Amino acid sequence: MLLIPCPWCGHRDESEFTCGGEAHIQRPPDPAALDDAEWADYVFMRTNPKGRHRERWCHSHGCGRWFNVERHTVTHDIVAVYRMGETPPDDGDVDGS
Amino acid sequence: MTSQPFRLPDGGAIDRARPVSFSFNGELLTGFSGDTLASALLANGVHLVGRSFKYHRPRGILSAGTEEPNALVQLESGNRSVPNLKATRIELYEGLTATSVNCWPSVRFDAGAVIDVAHRLVPAGFYYKTFMWPHGGWHFYERAIRRMAGMGRAPTGRDPDRYERMNAHCDVLVVGAGPAGMAAAQAAGRDGARVILADERSQPGGSLLNMAANESGTEPGWSSGVTAELESMKNVRVLSRTTVTGYFDHNFLIALEQVTDHLGPDAPARLPRQRLWRIRAGRVVLATGALERPLVFANNDRPGVMLAGAARAYVNRFAVLPGRRAVVVTNNDSAYEAALELHVRGVAVAAIVDHRGRPDGRAVRGAEEAGLEVMPGHAVVDTNGRRRVRAAAVARIDGDGAIAGPTRTLACDLILMSGGWSPAAHLFSQSGGRLRYHAALEAFLPDHPRQSVRCAGAINGAADTTACMREGRSAGLDGSAAPEAASASPTPPAQRQVFARHRAGEARAFVDFQNDVTAADITLAAREGYESVEHLKRYTTLGMGTDQGKTGNVPGLAILAGTLGEAVPAVGTTTFRPPYEPVTFGAIAGRDIGALADPVRRTPMHAWHEAAGAVFEDVGQWKRPFYYPQPGENKRAAVARESLAVRNAVGIMDVTTLGKILICGSDSVEFLNRVYTNAWDSLAVGRCRYGLMLGEDGMVLDDGVTAHLSPNQFLMTTTTGNAARVLAWLEDWLQTEWPDLNVYLASVTEQFATMALAGPGARQVLVGLVDDIDVAPAAFPFMAWRTGRVAGLPARVFRISYSGEVAYEISVPARHGMDLWTAVLQQRSGYEVTPFGTEAMHVLRAEKGYPMIGQETDGTVTPLDLGMQWILSSKKDFLGRRSLRRSAMLASSRKRLVGLKTEDPEAVVPEGAQILPTPPSGPPETMIGHVTSSYWSATLRRSIALALVIGGRDREFHTVHIPLDHGTLRAEICDPRFYDPEGIRLHG
Repeated sequence: MLLIPCPWCGHRDESEFTCGGEAHIQRPPDPAALDDAEWADYVFMRTNPKGRHRERWCHSHGCGRWFNVERHTVTHDIVAVYRMGETPPDDGDVDGS
Repeated sequence: MTSQPFRLPDGGAIDRARPVSFSFNGELLTGFSGDTLASALLANGVHLVGRSFKYHRPRGILSAGTEEPNALVQLESGNRSVPNLKATRIELYEGLTATSVNCWPSVRFDAGAVIDVAHRLVPAGFYYKTFMWPHGGWHFYERAIRRMAGMGRAPTGRDPDRYERMNAHCDVLVVGAGPAGMAAAQAAGRDGARVILADERSQPGGSLLNMAANESGTEPGWSSGVTAELESMKNVRVLSRTTVTGYFDHNFLIALEQVTDHLGPDAPARLPRQRLWRIRAGRVVLATGALERPLVFANNDRPGVMLAGAARAYVNRFAVLPGRRAVVVTNNDSAYEAALELHVRGVAVAAIVDHRGRPDGRAVRGAEEAGLEVMPGHAVVDTNGRRRVRAAAVARIDGDGAIAGPTRTLACDLILMSGGWSPAAHLFSQSGGRLRYHAALEAFLPDHPRQSVRCAGAINGAADTTACMREGRSAGLDGSAAPEAASASPTPPAQRQVFARHRAGEARAFVDFQNDVTAADITLAAREGYESVEHLKRYTTLGMGTDQGKTGNVPGLAILAGTLGEAVPAVGTTTFRPPYEPVTFGAIAGRDIGALADPVRRTPMHAWHEAAGAVFEDVGQWKRPFYYPQPGENKRAAVARESLAVRNAVGIMDVTTLGKILICGSDSVEFLNRVYTNAWDSLAVGRCRYGLMLGEDGMVLDDGVTAHLSPNQFLMTTTTGNAARVLAWLEDWLQTEWPDLNVYLASVTEQFATMALAGPGARQVLVGLVDDIDVAPAAFPFMAWRTGRVAGLPARVFRISYSGEVAYEISVPARHGMDLWTAVLQQRSGYEVTPFGTEAMHVLRAEKGYPMIGQETDGTVTPLDLGMQWILSSKKDFLGRRSLRRSAMLASSRKRLVGLKTEDPEAVVPEGAQILPTPPSGPPETMIGHVTSSYWSATLRRSIALALVIGGRDREFHTVHIPLDHGTLRAEICDPRFYDPEGIRLHG
């Protein structure tokens, strides 16, 4: 079970959180302008890297806030945690964005 | 009672002043306090303790610990009974009762043993090969095979014992309290760290407990001194009888503490039987030791064949002689120490048979000096005896392990074997650490850790106590120093002779004792192409028993490697998974059972429903009245009465459970426009509107009515089951995608009690309850809401309807819920108000053709499928809108909502039934849809159903066929609005 540092509450057990999947997928500003493939890419397609991955997590059984986690999908090391709207730590090795 | 003929007159860590009587297979026996069931049985000369899983062969006690594959017993009877416990791990208590598993009628005369005679008919993979015919036949055979294969019996009644769960945090968790673990805990404790030391035994000491005092390599009293010091330190917690069974991510570990198992039924009631520890550790020190391996030779499974180290434990710790005349067979030095200690305590050692051609070293010379016969370059190639070993056949072997000389028979009642030691690296592997193969030790050792974990002692291959303690101290302190290389260990490593290949395919040489996997099974599997260890394991069941192959796995791998002509590391090892030791369901469940298993949510009117005899339905965690049967009524009669009351008079329903979300902020309208499919700009204060929510995939997520309370304030309702999910969904969008919107959400579901008053008499009933709300249709139209006093209570009244009748939903602060409910029932309008439950509501809405979330929708249904184009705004974007334009969403092959009328009006179709366009003609059938809702409609005096059917309303008036278990129903596709399709009654 992961130990996740919530940026608002500190370290808490994974069971208090909900994972929202890949981070930094922006909703297209004008969906009507997209063709089927482009829209499907936004709705359905996600990266599934073996390595560092940026994800959204929500402290659903705590403060209720969403935030971003950069996690290594093999070792489960949590490399970085940052709030919504904050710039992710600059690192070219991330596979998930 | 017997006199414990195999108990030594002195020595051992048992309390001779406290004899303990117990029963095994109905026989009354005596042991001493401090015994395990296994040691007490051996003291009484009982070696035949069980039958093997597949062949029902007689089996004895192989080990003295957690690795035991054979000696499985059913402990106690009745509801406290536990199946398949290892006799080597059960501490003896007064009155203990145990029976053998896997045998009938008794362990001595087991009818299942005929399988052993016919063993050639049941090779590896037998079940997979044989019981697959006819198709689906496995389900038939499985019951018989399970009964035959036995193992213990799970109790059927409720477990009377209490179990607990504990959460703990520490700086250093030390697993294993042998010399390495004790040294680690001592060093970390002195350093001021918060330490937990967990060990599966009743007291610290580990292997020291099994050694003769002069052999331990520690100063006298070291173990008890360290134990006392640890117990005196406030920052150290010693958990004995606690097995760490799982090592998960971020140094989270699970341990099972057997708090009162050793006390039996006399345990004090204030204590739980077991306690599951959930430990988060800063650092972990694994000092889990090593497990001795058996040697693989023909008939190596007879009672009386035992691991050499186990015999040492029985002699030294329990003062029990496991036999009178022993043959020792080994491929390493450690068995020599066992042989010497047994010799000193009076066991005749017939010979020490050593696979190695030129054994040398201190232990070997010691044995020779003591006059023991050493047979280098020899192996045990077969054994004799039925319920107890009576002789060992010994022969010279060549460098490849093949027999190279005549066999010589040595009479004995005990064969001690040592095939080397496997580090107990299970937890290290579970933690994600990599193992490396050490050729000289023929063992997988911990290599690269993935988490903050250090290994110390025999788990690293260290063989003497001093080295173990040194490693422990280092690991406990800072965890930075590298473990001493295993090759630096002063004990000469074993030679590679794990498996001597004699008469392969003839007599059976067992590798996995519990699952009856032989060397021949492994070579057969390899020949059949199961060359990967993971495939081999599943095909032969090697290592899949309750012991998880703690003794047999590495010999099995060596045999596979030998068959394939590869090296052991090339073959690799199977993945170690939790749990290291079986954990009871009781401990996992802890206190989360019965009423505590899941919270129960009750509305403020629950007590009334209960008193009225309501049958309840679980909707999420809520208890909702399903229907209110009157005396003599069944479900159908009650639901018919309730639904007719709503159609003809007036009914009342508790709808408190519907989710309520308060939406505040200056961008609330914009927010609603984005999450609902319809437009919200024009909704005036005092009005409400039905809304439909989609996921971004265009599928229906939820629906409900939202009221405009005041400028910048809305009250949204959701379905009961989706309330939390919808709130989370809305929060997600607000926080992550639209942080610029000035909108705030709050759940107010439990703040209000709500009841729906529905039926042609609803207005007249309400008139009698209000004085400051004008309920005239013109003043209070459909889809409006008003505030005022109802029965003198502050209320909001919403004129909305899910039944198709005139209806009002009245919300009051939750504390007034019961008062309002009883006031409505007692009003004197001339109408009798009938309480109705969720099932009548389901019928009423189905009569109107209203789809229900979770009934007509299942995450694959769009508003177009439901015929709800009318609710899709064309003037704005909303979540999921673009998906509705995807070509697949518009395809004619999609299922769409229709009504169904059965040809026989009395026949109610089961929900979920498949719909065919033509009468069934045998599989494969063409299925065009399925029934989503189906009821008896008392109003229409016939059955009605809703269905999702390819082509939808284009098939109206067509006859379809619904095959059921007994015959096929014919039905006609129709308009789903069965009743009042124009909606006149709604406005009445």
